[in-house]
Amino acid sequence: MKLSHIVTASMVAALAATTAYARDEIRIVGSSTVFPFSTAVAEQFGRITDFPTPIVESTGSGGGMKLFCAGIGEEHPDITNASRRMKHKEFVLCQENGVTDIVESVVGYDGIVISNAIEGPTFEVTREQLTIALAANGPLPMMWSDIDPSLPMIAIEVLGPPPSSGTRDAFEELVLHEGCETTDLVECEGITIREDGVWVDSGENDNLIVSKLEANPNAIGIFGYSFLDQNSDVIKGLNVDGVEPTFENIADGEYTVSRSLYFYIKVAHIDIVPGIQEYAAEFVSEDAAGEDGYLGDKGLIPLPEGMFEENAAAVTGLSLMTGHEWD
Amino acid sequence: MISMTELSKKHVSPESAARLKKRKSAQKRLQMLGIMAITISGLALVTLLWSVFGKATGAITESYIEMTIELDADEIDRDNIRAANFSGMAKSMLKDSFPYVSGRTPRRQMYDLISVGAAFELRDMVMENPSLVGQTITFEFLASDIADLYLKHSYGQIEAAPHTGDISLVTEGKVTTIQSSAPDFAPLLVSVRAGLHAKAEGLRTQAQMQENGRVVFDQRAADGEDVEVNLAEAIRRGAARDQFYAQADELDALAAQQGAVFDLDSRTASVFVRVGDSWIKLETISETSGSGEILGEFTQDSYAAADWELMVYATPETARKVSDIQAMLLENLRDADKIVTHFNTHFFTAGDSREPELAGVWGAAVGSFWTMMVTVIFAFFIGVPAAIYLEEFAGDSRATRFVEVNINNLAAVPSIVFGLLGLSVFIGFFGMHRSSPIVGGIVLGIMTLPVIIIAARAAIKAVPPSIRDGAMALGASDLQVSMHHVLPLSMPGILTGTILGMARALGETAPLIMIGMVAFIVDIPDGPTDNATVLPVQIFRWADFPERAFEARTAAAIVVLLLFLFVMNFAAIILRKRFERRW
Repeated sequence: MKLSHIVTASMVAALAATTAYARDEIRIVGSSTVFPFSTAVAEQFGRITDFPTPIVESTGSGGGMKLFCAGIGEEHPDITNASRRMKHKEFVLCQENGVTDIVESVVGYDGIVISNAIEGPTFEVTREQLTIALAANGPLPMMWSDIDPSLPMIAIEVLGPPPSSGTRDAFEELVLHEGCETTDLVECEGITIREDGVWVDSGENDNLIVSKLEANPNAIGIFGYSFLDQNSDVIKGLNVDGVEPTFENIADGEYTVSRSLYFYIKVAHIDIVPGIQEYAAEFVSEDAAGEDGYLGDKGLIPLPEGMFEENAAAVTGLSLMTGHEWD
Repeated sequence: MISMTELSKKHVSPESAARLKKRKSAQKRLQMLGIMAITISGLALVTLLWSVFGKATGAITESYIEMTIELDADEIDRDNIRAANFSGMAKSMLKDSFPYVSGRTPRRQMYDLISVGAAFELRDMVMENPSLVGQTITFEFLASDIADLYLKHSYGQIEAAPHTGDISLVTEGKVTTIQSSAPDFAPLLVSVRAGLHAKAEGLRTQAQMQENGRVVFDQRAADGEDVEVNLAEAIRRGAARDQFYAQADELDALAAQQGAVFDLDSRTASVFVRVGDSWIKLETISETSGSGEILGEFTQDSYAAADWELMVYATPETARKVSDIQAMLLENLRDADKIVTHFNTHFFTAGDSREPELAGVWGAAVGSFWTMMVTVIFAFFIGVPAAIYLEEFAGDSRATRFVEVNINNLAAVPSIVFGLLGLSVFIGFFGMHRSSPIVGGIVLGIMTLPVIIIAARAAIKAVPPSIRDGAMALGASDLQVSMHHVLPLSMPGILTGTILGMARALGETAPLIMIGMVAFIVDIPDGPTDNATVLPVQIFRWADFPERAFEARTAAAIVVLLLFLFVMNFAAIILRKRFERRW
């Protein structure tokens, strides 16, 4: 049969092609929050250098760490992005799998904004009030005015990221874990977000949250600053602890609900895959992550000058993680 | 025996008529329900297509800014054109074209008018045609997404407002004051005043909220619980309330003031005075005057009413991505006929990009093509022999029944499971690399396999036994019967099933997440082992980007995917109609 010949031939060809494959493009995995910035750098890197454009996958911070720490070799990624710092147990996992030399780099900041539709009520919240409103082990109020009579008399309805999201982790850490310290109503031990329908998991797609807020002026949404920046004609950010979520306020640390974004480089791959160091250098360069860099246009909040230079030096000089970062 | 009369009595009896009526109305109800169901689904489809196609129209064209640029031989090394700093040249070209734009932020905003990709397109053009070095050429620079959206009126736009007065200008330092002989700015004051009143109203709402708090805390204190704390809190709320009321009254007083000078800021409408290419963006206005900084050059001290224009951008600067400077420059360029609109070729020829204006579906379409090729080879050439064997050769044993049941079960397995299989078997065990169409194709092939087997078996079963018997009678072997007679006759049915299975595979994203095809890949894949992504993944990823311009591109990519699906389903129908045999 001719057919069977074609089948066998194509199968053999396909297998041969995969085994003969050697990787010359950088592979990056990790956080969906860093993804828009990482891809912008990858694209620019592909344009201005002779290296192929790196492949960037959005796997989430945790998923990225798992892939990154799985081992050394062409089938494993070279860089992982994270919207939180590498955890100690992830570092240990890396060590166990032979990924001993890792360089850590901070990219910049990302503010998490609490916002509602422009025609929705204007009010201010504190982290304490947010904690009381959203903690599963708190008083579980149904109206904002139940928390504080000066808050609007509308039902609490929060559209936020699902548990798989790094934004959710950061929100819990930056708001709930801080807010519970100052109130007697919520116990800090084992604090989580309530699950009685007041908080609505709205997928990883922040654009969806924005359009839902537009449709429902009484709802409050939680997402990254870049989405507020791009949609300021339809939504507005609520002041948290009296501070407005603006680029300047997040950059100088006034606005407290913000987190650092990171990427990690697998040093053992630098000799195997070409361009890793050059890519990392592009990411931490003034043109990209600097005060007027192109990542700023994409919504990244740059590091303050001192930290920026320190970080750039650490990346270009390949200062390895020591394992004492968590002490 | 029932006699005729009894029968007709039965049939014309009132009970019978009632029964008949009931039967007929039941039928009516069913018909109505059917029509309603069809109408509702039809409306849903129309709404879906309307919104997708409506949004996609924004991606049909793209804007270019036509500028002349000198390709200075000192800056470009003829032997290494690639290394020349074309972005820098584009920036200095803009700086030279608009010398009056000064200061860091305005300049940055000006540079943002053209896409970051434009300089690289210029580079590629010069690399193709090195003789251009040293010449001054006219080049169409691709506009950035913000400029493009402004030109398509997505952010509202600057519009001329009526005016009757002659104006005189007095410049002191940086600020120029405009005095008009008529109350030309009065209509604008209406909206400024309304804005102030609205703001005051907002403050009053907040004051009311503080008052609510004060009442509650006062009550609590009166009830004797934590008197001191609650009283203090009530006083604090009362003070906050008074502060809000005071601010609100202040704003109202300002709004009511006659002949007052109002500040304009980034939260109010932007107002400009324009003469030719030169603009003054007003920082303050009153009924007959305004003041602000000059952008450009005003040669005279006064202008007659016919010589100047009053321009208003009703959308406040904070509510749009395009800044006042960018809008002014774009208006100048538009009036100078420097804005060119073309069919959006980037969208159909480019790979992925983080810049909406450079992003295209071609990379994803090619990736989909390679993935589908692998899928069809894998699924068809395994599925059809399997179906032939099960139908024609396998007996009705316990083992074959077990296999049959499992094939049917496999058809109902959620697609993500196949992704996990691909991850552990093909990537984990065989060490094939992530993000390649070959892995994606095999995974999708395994997913479509049961669909194809089931369709093929149905088609083979439909071939009448007489054909088989006839062939047998002429001395054909079992294999010859299957291959020469049954298979060709069942082919249209098999192909239809295959195409429908492929159409499903074409729209899948879930299994591809696991094997790394949900990735940002700029380069267009050359073959099934290159890194690639597929159309539905491209849609999913673009829908997640914050940039407004991706909305239209997402919709356009959906249209492309729908077209593919439409063509495939159409092909299935043609096959069925053309080659269908009836016995």
